[in-house]
Amino acid sequence: MTAHEMAAETGQHGIIQMLGVNKWFGEFHVLRDINLSVDQGEKIVICGPSGSGKSTLIRCINALEEYQRGQIIVDGVPLTNNLKNIDAVRSEVGMVFQQFNLFPHLTVLENLTLAPIWVRKVPKREAEETAMYFLGRVKIPEQAAKYPGQLSGGQQQRVAIARSLCMRPKVMLFDEPTSALDPEMIKEVLDVMIELANEGITMLCVTHEMGFARTVANRVIFMDRGQIIEQNEPEEFFNNPQSERTQLFLSQILSH
Amino acid sequence: MAVDTTVNSAPRASIWNDPRGRAIIYQVLVVGGVVLMFWYLISNTMENLQNQQIASGFGFLDREAGFEISESLIDFSAASNYGSAFLVGILNTFKVSVLGIAIATILGILIGIARLSSNWLVAKLAMSYVELLRNIPLLLQLFFWYGVITVSLPGPREAINPLPGVFLSNRGFKVPVPEAHFAFTMAGVALVIGVIATYVVMRWAKARQARTGQPFPMLAAGAGLIVGLPVLAWLLGGAPTTLDMPELGRFRFTGGITLTPEFAALLFGLATYTAAFIAEIVRSGILAVSYGQTEAASALGLRKGLVLRLVVLPQALRVIIPPTTSQYLNLTKNSSLAVAIGYPDLVHVGNTTLNQTGQAIEAISIFMAVYLSLSLAISAFMNWYNQRIALVER
Repeated sequence: MTAHEMAAETGQHGIIQMLGVNKWFGEFHVLRDINLSVDQGEKIVICGPSGSGKSTLIRCINALEEYQRGQIIVDGVPLTNNLKNIDAVRSEVGMVFQQFNLFPHLTVLENLTLAPIWVRKVPKREAEETAMYFLGRVKIPEQAAKYPGQLSGGQQQRVAIARSLCMRPKVMLFDEPTSALDPEMIKEVLDVMIELANEGITMLCVTHEMGFARTVANRVIFMDRGQIIEQNEPEEFFNNPQSERTQLFLSQILSH
Repeated sequence: MAVDTTVNSAPRASIWNDPRGRAIIYQVLVVGGVVLMFWYLISNTMENLQNQQIASGFGFLDREAGFEISESLIDFSAASNYGSAFLVGILNTFKVSVLGIAIATILGILIGIARLSSNWLVAKLAMSYVELLRNIPLLLQLFFWYGVITVSLPGPREAINPLPGVFLSNRGFKVPVPEAHFAFTMAGVALVIGVIATYVVMRWAKARQARTGQPFPMLAAGAGLIVGLPVLAWLLGGAPTTLDMPELGRFRFTGGITLTPEFAALLFGLATYTAAFIAEIVRSGILAVSYGQTEAASALGLRKGLVLRLVVLPQALRVIIPPTTSQYLNLTKNSSLAVAIGYPDLVHVGNTTLNQTGQAIEAISIFMAVYLSLSLAISAFMNWYNQRIALVER
């Protein structure tokens, strides 16, 4: 039993608490009894074969997916079907998608200021200053006036990260952020994520970038068929996997 | 076989085998053919007209028309000239087109969204509407609606009277109107002021939100200005409540205003038919915006209404506008089917004129000129709007 599981059982509250979460897509049982507690500032990498429910798990944390049984509490706010709670959680939790999902009809700057202006009710000038600061952080301030269609995949994903950061979230969720990128662009996105991790933001990242997991993660979680099979510190996880399924998975993705 | 790699230094191909030369020859031949054909048609026509002793030209427009028109937006009697008759027809076409476009747009958007509803019954009803209306020829639908009104509704004496002052009969629909009064004129002026004020407040609200971040309840303010101001003006004018109520006289209704069966059937037929097409366009437009856009916007904390307004609709509109323009043009041109049920639109009035004067070429030139300019005006407006919201790709 890891320190985190103990923390969950002794009732010590992390920033994200998932207790006995179950979810079905029709007949298909995607999440089975998920118990997960994430502390403030923790970096977690979730991996597992496709269809194992890892994306669904992090999408439950900002209510992009509903769950049928169990409980999720984010920063003290229980995620029920109360719209007020959902809004409160979503404005504290940033999310980066595999397909970037930038708004193609808005410039990069407008993509970044949209939510601060309409959700946080920040004056436009202030929102733009924040946006320029974060564009600088992801190293593309010169692209502010362009439209997403004019940028490369790597640049678009960095804009997407900056867009989430403009809401000053407490937690960042990454759903396979580098899977849709050409190989030479993966590094520029990972570099931004590593820098972000070093600043102490809480991160949950679904990825198969095992190098990233080794450098950044405090904990690696392995999921299969809707269950959390194994979780451990990266060194232990990679060098000494406990379950057979984890061993098989690691041998498949690390073999070449 | 040896390949000749020295094309440039080779002797020039003959003009017929040179692609550019061949293109020029084709173009000259086509233009020449078209000019020849028109010259033939025009000279033939002129000759035939001369043989039949028909004067060409638009001089007939000043002559007395000598026929009545059943409904008109301007004063018209049998003593008016053909020019005014055409004007009445143009205005009637304009009236049914503008109202038809407005109703078809609203109905089409509602049905298009309903087709995407997760409610089974709503979605299926919308689907049945679309499939039924768009698969039956419009002319038959116009006959149907005209038949419903003139055959299935009772006569004036047994008119259906759903609301006080509203009578539905086979002579058309009777509705009460406010009696002319100074207060109503004031309310009309106030409405115009309200619309202008709303525009000004909208700009101010946008600037204030940019400055302070506080959004302004524009919907409530706009409704207050556009509805509230006229009501206030009406109250200040003494709040007259006398309505010109339709009443059944000895033979017919007096008072109120009438929607003739012809106009009602045409408007209803055009609007419901075109709405079916617009519904499909709206549905495809919304579906064309990937669900990832909605998810990304929701994940940023935007509420459902804002997601629709700021992210989904602006992108859907780009897909919706161009085909909707075509539907507006179709509706305008389809209004000429009015001739089949006797609504005095441009074609109907023009045909009467044509029969009386024999000025076929002039009458048909007027038809074409009017529909062309109406259509080009609609296209120009919609293209301008479309360009304003176009997407920058690279």
